[in-house]
Amino acid sequence: MFAKATRAACAVFRGIAAVPVVVVGIALASAGAHAQTFPSRPITVIVPFAAGGPTDTVARLVAESMTKTLGQQVIVENVGGAGGTRGAGQVAKATPDGYTLLLHHIGQATAPSLYRKLPYKVTDFETAGLITPVPMTLIAKPGFEPKTIADVITYVKANKEKVTYGNAGVGSASHLCGMLFMAATGTPLTTVPYQGTGPAMNDLVGGQIDLMCDQTTNTTGQIKGGKVKAYAVTTKDKVPSLPDLPTLQASGLKDFEVTIWHGLYAPKGTPADVVAKLNQALGVALDDPKVASRFADLGTEPEAKNRRSPEFHKQFLTDEVAKWKPVIEAAGVYAD
Amino acid sequence: MELLDNLGLGFSVALSFQNLFYCFAGALLGTLIGVLPGLGPIATIAMLLPITFGLPPVSALIMLAGIYYGAQYGGSTTAILINLPGESSSVVTAIDGHQMAKQGKAGTALATAALGSFFAGTVATFLLALFAPPLAELALKFGPPEYFALMVLGLVASVTLASGSVVKALAMIVLGLLLGLSGQDIYTGVPRLTFNVDELADGFDFVALAMGMFGLSEIIRNLEDEHNRTLVAAKVKGLMLSKEDFKAIIGPVVRGTVLGSFLGILPGGGAMLSSFAAYSVEKKISKTPRRFGKGAIEGVAGPESANNAGAQTSFIPMLTLGIPSNPVMALMIGALIIQGITPGPNVVTDKPDLFWGVIASMWVGNFMLVLLNLPLIGLWVRLLTVPYHVMYPAIIAFCCIGVYSVNNNTFDVYTMALFGILGYALVKLDCEPAPLLLGFVIGPMLEEYLRRAMLISRGDPMVFVTRPISAILLLLAAIALVVVLLPSVQKGREEAFKE
Repeated sequence: MFAKATRAACAVFRGIAAVPVVVVGIALASAGAHAQTFPSRPITVIVPFAAGGPTDTVARLVAESMTKTLGQQVIVENVGGAGGTRGAGQVAKATPDGYTLLLHHIGQATAPSLYRKLPYKVTDFETAGLITPVPMTLIAKPGFEPKTIADVITYVKANKEKVTYGNAGVGSASHLCGMLFMAATGTPLTTVPYQGTGPAMNDLVGGQIDLMCDQTTNTTGQIKGGKVKAYAVTTKDKVPSLPDLPTLQASGLKDFEVTIWHGLYAPKGTPADVVAKLNQALGVALDDPKVASRFADLGTEPEAKNRRSPEFHKQFLTDEVAKWKPVIEAAGVYAD
Repeated sequence: MELLDNLGLGFSVALSFQNLFYCFAGALLGTLIGVLPGLGPIATIAMLLPITFGLPPVSALIMLAGIYYGAQYGGSTTAILINLPGESSSVVTAIDGHQMAKQGKAGTALATAALGSFFAGTVATFLLALFAPPLAELALKFGPPEYFALMVLGLVASVTLASGSVVKALAMIVLGLLLGLSGQDIYTGVPRLTFNVDELADGFDFVALAMGMFGLSEIIRNLEDEHNRTLVAAKVKGLMLSKEDFKAIIGPVVRGTVLGSFLGILPGGGAMLSSFAAYSVEKKISKTPRRFGKGAIEGVAGPESANNAGAQTSFIPMLTLGIPSNPVMALMIGALIIQGITPGPNVVTDKPDLFWGVIASMWVGNFMLVLLNLPLIGLWVRLLTVPYHVMYPAIIAFCCIGVYSVNNNTFDVYTMALFGILGYALVKLDCEPAPLLLGFVIGPMLEEYLRRAMLISRGDPMVFVTRPISAILLLLAAIALVVVLLPSVQKGREEAFKE
């Protein structure tokens, strides 16, 4: 309730303050004095998904630490809908002053290929830094025949008529991973979409569907509890929390790599020194042992130090857009 | 005995001073927020979730559970008092609950809801403690064909929600199904019936639809009738249940509890179905089914008990398997993850204090809800005596705020206004909104499960009859259809003979 109240208060504040802020903003822009005064009021981080989801969790952990560093409240606001594009679109149109930010995952890079009528471009954002690459795992229903990942690949190739693959809907991480897996193995499987990971996991545990690929946040508990069979991780390196699982790359799927990477964005035109300050505060959050230990609980870790700059993020985003475009186009699926 | 040890552990956790406080705070906050029109459990929990982040995991979950029950009860309160159901299960409560309020029996209706819920909550808590793991396994037996069959049964049963013409009820269900089709197709991502409106990509919002069809249209209708406007205020009487009332509700409460406990375990809409399944059952076995829709106390007692029992048992898949069965449970899982607990089948063994503490706190939460709400009933009822020229604008304002805050989207506010007008037109045509709303909720699920079942079976429709659970449910649906249609067929024949 307090958060809501603060948010409401902020909205009112924003409304009242809008006119003077623009005037002051223009004055300051000419003086180039952003970084000294930023931030002078609360910052809103828009998460384009519902509260309580994995992305929301990442955002709230990071926001808590950034609040301490920046000396201003960093508020997480959930603007869900349309696969994350509604929230992202809202930030693309926001005033580029560093007070409205977006925390989005891999969907930022796949949306341009998945949505033919996207109301914004990836270039409408300034990149403020990568946050964490959440690994994914290839899992199967209990009692699925193949013993190792190599067996799975042989099995799906021999039984592509029979094997079903579950995902959390068009454009979801599990959908992307499945598309890449089918492309890499050259076996189009029957895809069974669900409204989110929960119901898909339910049917996998219940043995209704055969295979699924989902992030460690959702799968680690099921794997450790022995309710599903786990075969491999989708990262380049092995995942510390699941040491028994080989990578798909090492199992014969060349260059196979999917992570649910998260990044922080500001609207295009946000002054570079403001972005730098946000990036720095984000870096402090990622070095925070508390954040790191919570990330470990999620089966992930903070982004490596040499991958944290806004420039790296920008290049990485461009590469990811290019990586997914052919995969999505080949699959011929669109989210609009 | 292991169960007693476990419950002992649970109660020692739940009854600690700190956790009692959070349980109470959760129930209170949940009630207060949930009583605002349009803010049902999902919106309330999403809103209050962040305040639990600073708490220890057990306390956080206990508080969230408190918020959940509180919000659910708060939602029933608005459904009864001002005909504003904030979520699908209280749609059913609004049907007879609000009629009772109009007859001056708002206090009785609220007390019935509170006591029925408490009884159901108590039974469901013990069920959860005794059978959680095997029940969760049972729920896993439900695959897409079984859910499809369950939805068919639900759809057939929703005809009984109407107190008037069966034909009109069918028309309303079909209209609801159609409205439910709007939005993106989850299988292909293709937008359907969105008329190039981006906001419709996720379909119509249930809360906006429900508040427009029920609340706003009710207000418009009351405005045209000078005499009726003071009806509720003039007749406020008797806040407690009489002996006859108790006798009348015992059966419905017990039946509702059984139905709700069972359906609540099923992820994907089970708990939602329970309240109106209970309503259908009560109406079917009642000797005077004509009273339903006109303020029958059984029509409040059954669904409210079912609803609460279902709310409780819907924790089973979440706690034992780490699988969320509905959006509320997904939020709870989110809260657990933020607390650093990986939800999954190991929570029972790894964190017994959490598992049993939460189960025990459910009972404590329900108890607090009764303690909290029985005295509050007087206050809520007195709200009804507020003059209408003050009350109506306030309700409309709160509706707008409530609808807006669910998704932070102004489009939903316009949707609500539009459905307010449509709802008014339907009322004028003697068409009831409840079957429409259920069609709206069930329609998308029906389609989803059907298509999923067909995908997995590779297009073989025989799965629906070769799988025993699905076959039995479909058979029940067929029987229910005959039972529903028989009286009207007979009546039609009688009328034909008359001529």
